[in-house]
Amino acid sequence: MPGTLTDDIEIIEAGHGRGGGVPAGGDDDGGDGGSGLPAIPRGAYFTAMQLGLAGIVMFFMALTSSFLVRKGLGTDWVAIALPPVLWFNSLVLLVSSATIQVASHRLEEGDAQSFRYWWGLTIALGLLFLSGQVIAWRQLAAQGVFLSSNPDSSFFYLLTAAHGLHLAGGILALLYVAFRPWRRSRITQATAAALAGIYWHFMDGLWLFLLALLYLGR
Amino acid sequence: MVTHESGGGGHQHQPPSGFIRKWIFSVDHKVIGIQYYFLALFSVFLGMGLSVLMRIHLVWPNAQLPSWLWPGGGQMTSEEYLALMTMHGSIMVFMVLTTAPQSGFGNFILPIQIGAADMAFPVLNMLSFWVTFLSLMVLGAAFFVEGGPPISGWTAYPPLSALGQIAGPGQGAGQTLWVVGVGIFCIAALLGALNFITTTLDLRAKGMTLSRMPLTVWAWLITAILSLLSFGVLLAACILLLLDRTAGTSFFIPGGLVLTDTPVTNHKGGSPLLWQHLFWFFGHPEVYIAILPGMGVASHILSTFARKPVFGYKAMVAAMSSIGFLGFMVWGHHMFMSGLSPYSAFAFSLLTMAIGVPSAIKTFNWLGTLWGGKIQFNTSMLFALGFVSLFVTGGLSGLFLAQPSIDLYMHDTYFVVAHFHLIMGVAAIFGIFTASYFWFPKMFGRMLNETIGKIHFWITFAGVYAIFMPMHFLGLAGHPRRYADTTGVNYLGPLDEVHYFITIAALITIAAQFLFVINFFYSLKAGQKASENPWNATTLEWSVASPPPFDNFGGQEPVVYRGAYEYGVPDAADDYVPQHLAPAKAGKAH
Repeated sequence: MPGTLTDDIEIIEAGHGRGGGVPAGGDDDGGDGGSGLPAIPRGAYFTAMQLGLAGIVMFFMALTSSFLVRKGLGTDWVAIALPPVLWFNSLVLLVSSATIQVASHRLEEGDAQSFRYWWGLTIALGLLFLSGQVIAWRQLAAQGVFLSSNPDSSFFYLLTAAHGLHLAGGILALLYVAFRPWRRSRITQATAAALAGIYWHFMDGLWLFLLALLYLGR
Repeated sequence: MVTHESGGGGHQHQPPSGFIRKWIFSVDHKVIGIQYYFLALFSVFLGMGLSVLMRIHLVWPNAQLPSWLWPGGGQMTSEEYLALMTMHGSIMVFMVLTTAPQSGFGNFILPIQIGAADMAFPVLNMLSFWVTFLSLMVLGAAFFVEGGPPISGWTAYPPLSALGQIAGPGQGAGQTLWVVGVGIFCIAALLGALNFITTTLDLRAKGMTLSRMPLTVWAWLITAILSLLSFGVLLAACILLLLDRTAGTSFFIPGGLVLTDTPVTNHKGGSPLLWQHLFWFFGHPEVYIAILPGMGVASHILSTFARKPVFGYKAMVAAMSSIGFLGFMVWGHHMFMSGLSPYSAFAFSLLTMAIGVPSAIKTFNWLGTLWGGKIQFNTSMLFALGFVSLFVTGGLSGLFLAQPSIDLYMHDTYFVVAHFHLIMGVAAIFGIFTASYFWFPKMFGRMLNETIGKIHFWITFAGVYAIFMPMHFLGLAGHPRRYADTTGVNYLGPLDEVHYFITIAALITIAAQFLFVINFFYSLKAGQKASENPWNATTLEWSVASPPPFDNFGGQEPVVYRGAYEYGVPDAADDYVPQHLAPAKAGKAH
């Protein structure tokens, strides 16, 4: 009731919604660990990751609608033959999703050595994927298909480049997780690895979506 | 200072020493909020300066401008007028209306109002500001390149914006800088939005349930969601446009174009309409990004200074949410005249008019909040009342434009200019002023001068109506917008005096804004010292010192016991009960 004092005022546990009532000191690093920043619940990092992915979805959905609209106008649309190396690249990225999962599990189990092996393997697979994408570009260029050749090729280069840049960001994140001194952080390395894993799986799924769009929509 | 119960696990953090870490590359949300505020303050005067030059040109097209006012001096060309118009719109929309209400005040106030020590990601927050700053620099660089700023307006419609130098002065390097600058701004806005939402969802103090959040926090939250979902789309559009401009693609450029007898041969098949869809899918939510924080602030201030709870708190939240939601489904109403299918136009028209429902709920609730209140007419309250007035005036003309058959006539006339300036420009600016007069004591520890403030309000309030009301009549008389010079357009001749009146009103109104600046900087130095809670307000920012200490609550976590608008409480010692006051302490007031 506005304007009145009632007797049944109760304190409701709000906030820290994802922290499960854990005080804002953070539950996984025993205090703020000297990061110099106020501690926040671990769940906030996962919220932020999901929101970031929502922003990325909107970006790629805008490009996808542009693709469909531009194709619909289509007097000058020339379907390009997708370089077969893309199928190999896709396989590499799928495998990397598995390896990053194994790496995260190993880290949670406390097996640092095994974590480093699988994490390194994921980074290597990510780099292999990017190299494969560059090879696909070179093969297309060798056939005389360039960015400005026709709308389909424009979208091919644009979508693969946009995805590649996001994945390159993911590789930087993986390197950061591997080499940052986590003692002075608000979260543990395991949490950081889990967050990087979510992003990595998302980039994998996004690639499959884009590949389907480029293959079926051409 | 009120002591807070410890929520446990608190640590007091030491503020950084050294000028650079404290004031330049600060991670403190309060400093970042002030940085955003000053960026907007600089930008708003730049934008106003451009509009003065435009108004002067409209009534004295042959004026020989002195060289201190106009680079090189002499007469302004039509292209230069369009360049000023483009930069006026772009700077005002991105650097003022998007920046001050959300990133400025939101940054400073939101964490304190929900009882957090800072934003969730302070370093990311700092990055958002500096990326915004970079964006302003890139956008502003367009003034200094060959050809000057672009002439395609803030909406940058292709093919004009896509063809490069041959399309006109400013369409070369200037337009490229515009596209890149706006793209950079998108990234900054996305980073900021992510931080705002996470902070609001996960960092609320104990007891701060969603239904106890101040309406300002609700407004900032909804605005951040709109930013998150819309700026990615503008970024995508900017990239496509940049590729059309620099890489020879044809996303937006159709075939068969002829520019001053020169056929455009290297592009074909693209669709200018595609840009319009992408742009307005961002552009319409952007309107609400500018105005929603003002709605939150107005609700908050009306309740505080009417000494009454907000009328229909839940309805206010629902109305803001549905305005945000519907805001994503009405972009087509900007394109009625662009060749949109009449069936789509019908749907967009209905959805647009549906926004009138939550808008009316808000207006009636504002009046309900005022009804029977002990209203305190200080400057902040006056600007909040002005906001309500402008929201109604500017909103009603939207109902005209929302109908395709009426828009057929009104489109691209001064009627549209009047509409969006009142609702998106001036109402949002009134929201910024409301917030400035209200929170200045909290931000800087001193009170603004009320006398100068009231003079500032009355000149501004009368001034903006004097500027923009006559523009409706210009539009109804068929006066197209974006015309640099109407000399020789016979049917517009009788309207010259209206333009003359508007220009004089604009000069007076803009001159009055210097009162605000003088008040601001004078009070910063010599204003009356502000107490912890000069307005007898209930929310958490008034429970800490003015200005608040480095980590807001001295390492403690506040606990919240009640809603945000307990004003006019009959049994309380004062007429209000702050959110953080424990029931036992409040009970003693009986």
